[in-house]
Amino acid sequence: MTEMTSGRARRIPFVARHPSVLVFIACLGLFTLGVTILSEGFGIGVISTSLVKTLGKTLSLSLVALAMDLVWGYCGILSLGHMAFFGIGGYAIAMWLMYERTRLIVVESLAAGGLPPTPEEISDGIAAQIFGVVGASEFPPIWAFAHALPLQLLAVVLVPGLLALVFGWLAFRSRVTGVYLSILTQAMTLALSLYLFQNDSGLRGNNGLSGLQNLPRLESTSQAVISVWFLWASALALGLGYVLANWMVSGKFGSVLRGIRDDEARVRFLGYRVEAYKLFVFTVSAVMAGIAGAIYYPQAGIINPAELAPIASIYLAVWVAIGGRGRLYGAVIGAAFVSLLSTWFTGGQAPDLQLGPYRIQWVNWWTVLLGLSFVAVTLFAPKGIGGLFDLWSERRHPNRHGQDLGPDHGSLREEEADA
Amino acid sequence: MSALLEVSGVSVSFDGFRALNNLSFSIGQAELRAVIGPNGAGKTTFMDVVTGKTRPDEGRVLWGEPPVSLLGMSESQIATAGVGRKFQRPTVFEDQTVQDNLIMALKKDRSPLAVLFFKPQAPDFARVEELADMIGLDTVLHRKSGELSHGQKQWLEIGMLLAQEPKLLLVDEPAAGMTTAERQKTTQILRDAAKTRAVVVVEHDMDFVRRLDCKVTVLHEGAVLAEGSIDHVTRNAEVIEVYLGR
Repeated sequence: MTEMTSGRARRIPFVARHPSVLVFIACLGLFTLGVTILSEGFGIGVISTSLVKTLGKTLSLSLVALAMDLVWGYCGILSLGHMAFFGIGGYAIAMWLMYERTRLIVVESLAAGGLPPTPEEISDGIAAQIFGVVGASEFPPIWAFAHALPLQLLAVVLVPGLLALVFGWLAFRSRVTGVYLSILTQAMTLALSLYLFQNDSGLRGNNGLSGLQNLPRLESTSQAVISVWFLWASALALGLGYVLANWMVSGKFGSVLRGIRDDEARVRFLGYRVEAYKLFVFTVSAVMAGIAGAIYYPQAGIINPAELAPIASIYLAVWVAIGGRGRLYGAVIGAAFVSLLSTWFTGGQAPDLQLGPYRIQWVNWWTVLLGLSFVAVTLFAPKGIGGLFDLWSERRHPNRHGQDLGPDHGSLREEEADA
Repeated sequence: MSALLEVSGVSVSFDGFRALNNLSFSIGQAELRAVIGPNGAGKTTFMDVVTGKTRPDEGRVLWGEPPVSLLGMSESQIATAGVGRKFQRPTVFEDQTVQDNLIMALKKDRSPLAVLFFKPQAPDFARVEELADMIGLDTVLHRKSGELSHGQKQWLEIGMLLAQEPKLLLVDEPAAGMTTAERQKTTQILRDAAKTRAVVVVEHDMDFVRRLDCKVTVLHEGAVLAEGSIDHVTRNAEVIEVYLGR
């Protein structure tokens, strides 16, 4: 029997109550510092710029995994469309990047003609440059704000947030749960992806938006430096996202979320409006995903509708499951570990495996390995990689299977109580 | 004394089966009431109607003074209005500590933003300890509720109900699976609770009902068959026929 501690005595500072936050921030800081020192842009040049970009992208993916864990691991909403929010965030920032860079080029080339160009000439020039590839030469209405960075940054937050709000309101209000909700979210991201694939969607169809790694007005700054900037931005966003998510799931709000995950009806009978909570956490999570996307795509350099395909969101769920859902560091570890491993395997660096007459080339076989690992984790280690931390923490649960449930011999046994 | 809850002429059908058939029921502000009846008598459906889980085909459910209709309110609205419900199976949040369970149930603003910024203060902890003491769980406040025994979980759920400070408590088979000693404690908790609020106990176990020593309503085929003291209803010939004399 544990000794009784007074409730008041347990009020200690946030960091002390959540040592994992401190450890996480410290690890993230050391990692960022280490990569900076080893980078070409700011340090001794041991790590190539492309690897710095990969690491920065990995941190952004960890942020969207964190957002996924918030809705899935804590609130039980298995969203299989979260990469839609990530993609929207990416598109929002990509529109400004592409517009502004093209504008500078167009202004420069028109200025060479002698007469100062009119605004219409500039606008037509930009539109022709951007949309020539899909046979159009005018700006579609959704580009109305592309000239202003603050407005597009606002869109990074608002568009995923609004989409999640409307979608969530419709879905949660009708009490769609479980696998039906997952299918609905898949349909959402599929529909969005198919729409964007059309040439007249206004976002260049399957060409996507490209050249995002070149920041306007910073042509003289080398990618080696820019890549480190984005690494810092990714680390900062992940750190802030982690603190926010931890704050959300640690207090009474977190209790309610986990309650909804474990027994939705019971929470309702306690007087909580379950729908409002789901909507809130779904929207916050979508905004986090949007921000992650806005940091990811300038490092990736290109965004196209395939990024919003349903498979991307399924991968996201796999990362979180392998990392260990229901704990924030699990999601981060899962996303980082699996996506880096995936980069390594699909990048052709992994040595081929000779199995008798058959040669296993990891570029093709990696997805099979990933699928098998997913099944194995689901079956044999539902806590995922994060569960390893339980080995040296006190988060151990007694195994009460088959035990008397009560203190006396007359108490029900487990199987009776479950009936 | 006016009625706290007045259910009149309520009927519910599931696929042609009449779970409730023109049921009328009323309970005062501070009263303990046992509802008994054979399986399928409509006891659980009755609770479902009152708590908003099931919409009746006809009838009225009036609540409080001045009376408002509970029909058309959502489960959470009804709960906030002051109806607390304990399920047959103990349903507590097993992954969370006893203290977390109780804090979640405390009567506070339940909107997401208020909960997000909620910080339990000394009075809240004091209230939790008081409740834990009442239900005999004061020594296990920081254990996960999933580790508790079956009886302790039942008590925790009753404690969570009390934390909600409801005006009406609906308790479904609180003594199921309990030892004799645990039953006695449960009886005491319920009788204490009924001093300040209305408590409706649905129960199969006649000995337990006898120990509650309160007015009894017998349901049969979705309607009230008899009502009165336990001795009164157990002498009723119809009751003996459908329920006791099996």
